[in-house]
Amino acid sequence: MAYLEKKGVYTNVLMAGFGGQGLMFIGKLLAYCAMKRGLNVTWIPSYGPEMRGGTANCTVVISDEPIGSPVISAPEALIVMNNPSLEAFESKLKSGGRLFVDSSLVTRKVMRKDVEVVAVPADDIAMEVGEKKAANLVMLGAYIAKTGVISKEDVAEGLRELFGAKIQFLDVNMKALEKGIQHTKT
Amino acid sequence: MEKKFMNGNEAIAEAAVQAGCRYFFGYPITPQNEIPEYMSKRMPEVGGVYLQAESEVAAIYMVFGAAGAGGRVMTSSSSPGISLKQEGISYIAAAELPCLIVNIMRGGPGLGGIQPSQSDYFQATKGGGHGDYHLLVLAPSTVQEAVELTMDAFDLADKYRNPVMLLGDGYIGQMMEPVVFEKKPSPILPAKDWTITGAKGRKANLVKTLNLDPVILEQHNLKIQHKLQEMARNEVRVEHYLTDDAEVIIAAYGTVARIAKTAIQILRKKGVRAGLIRPITLYPFPYKAFEDIASRVKKILVAEMSLGQMVEDVKLGVCGRAHVRFYGRTGGMVPSYEELVMETERLVKEAL
Repeated sequence: MAYLEKKGVYTNVLMAGFGGQGLMFIGKLLAYCAMKRGLNVTWIPSYGPEMRGGTANCTVVISDEPIGSPVISAPEALIVMNNPSLEAFESKLKSGGRLFVDSSLVTRKVMRKDVEVVAVPADDIAMEVGEKKAANLVMLGAYIAKTGVISKEDVAEGLRELFGAKIQFLDVNMKALEKGIQHTKT
Repeated sequence: MEKKFMNGNEAIAEAAVQAGCRYFFGYPITPQNEIPEYMSKRMPEVGGVYLQAESEVAAIYMVFGAAGAGGRVMTSSSSPGISLKQEGISYIAAAELPCLIVNIMRGGPGLGGIQPSQSDYFQATKGGGHGDYHLLVLAPSTVQEAVELTMDAFDLADKYRNPVMLLGDGYIGQMMEPVVFEKKPSPILPAKDWTITGAKGRKANLVKTLNLDPVILEQHNLKIQHKLQEMARNEVRVEHYLTDDAEVIIAAYGTVARIAKTAIQILRKKGVRAGLIRPITLYPFPYKAFEDIASRVKKILVAEMSLGQMVEDVKLGVCGRAHVRFYGRTGGMVPSYEELVMETERLVKEAL
């Protein structure tokens, strides 16, 4: 898209939430789609002794140049899907960066005044489309609507390739993605 | 060539398979578990052997046996597990058996933690086990490079009849990047006429490590030494990044080297002409690169995820002709590019 045609593509995002919310998956999906568009990508997970219900995070870097550090101290964007993640990472977000918050679950107040807050009731939207577990795709929709790093069509193709045998979940995930995009555009 | 999106561990395993590795023996430990997991699925597909041993010690002697029979064989582990393998690694080096040992380092000492570290540099490059031997040590800094070095490792092991170690940190194992698998044709390798395969119709071969006669044992050590010198002449690999006009050099390997590249881009925007020297072979070490750079750059910052190990080799190369400063984080902490920018600026401002 327009973003990609500009010279010097570089962006990064940190995503955090409960284990099981699918943040690691949308991180991989985003990186995979960007790779398919010919960009360099890195995806790095937190791999501590995580457990179900614990907090997990991953960092994605996308660039048209070889990527130096895959670890980012002050990310340009942050996607948070629970309170502990907002608490842990809010202060790290780059000034002027974007903070995507799942407002269905995050009740903690955002303190930063120097960032753009994008509040998305992702879990409620996911319930509306009939799949509670697709809240992650709602958040990804919001992220790509704001940043234009990859397109909806890229995600559709990426999902088809990554889902493989679980292709029956494709439709509901695409619906969730579209809802996320719509919510953010309006 | 199709790009795959894989983590370092799985990419190393696939690269090994494509390089002809057909025997894998190991014991699980974080953060390298994706290697044995991948091999447990992949080895049966290619008619190879995957075996989860009862311990790291057993696994390394299974490697000894398979290598002695002429197989392309590997094991993988992480720091504490590699310590357990040291006796067997010394025996393998003594018996001059080719194999690949992967160490995806985590924070130590002791059981330590599971986050990335580079604190096994000494163990990997200076011996590790007992006796006069060295491993050939390769240190990737991207997933693509991990693939290429893994493929080369088996050829290098065969060429020198010496064990090779691929030394990565937890992030090299866990990070996902696009990767292309392309096996270069192997160089012409010496015939494996020394293997133990049943001496039907030929003279029996002997693979052993016990040599009670000191005259013979000294000869054997000198033979190994000769090989290592040959390796040092032929196999040194090093990357120079923006060193031509540099006023200050960062020396780093693996993940820290790529963090340093980001730091260097920031420093250059701020008007500091920084460059990077990245050893790819940690043994043989690129002493010459540091000897050369020290004739024109007087300030070198060595950055590691340890409390200062590779810095000793940099100092040997520099040999007092430049000021060498060290910056390290340890225990699973990863230095940020901000930290490296700050340390480099401090070094640049310092009067010598």
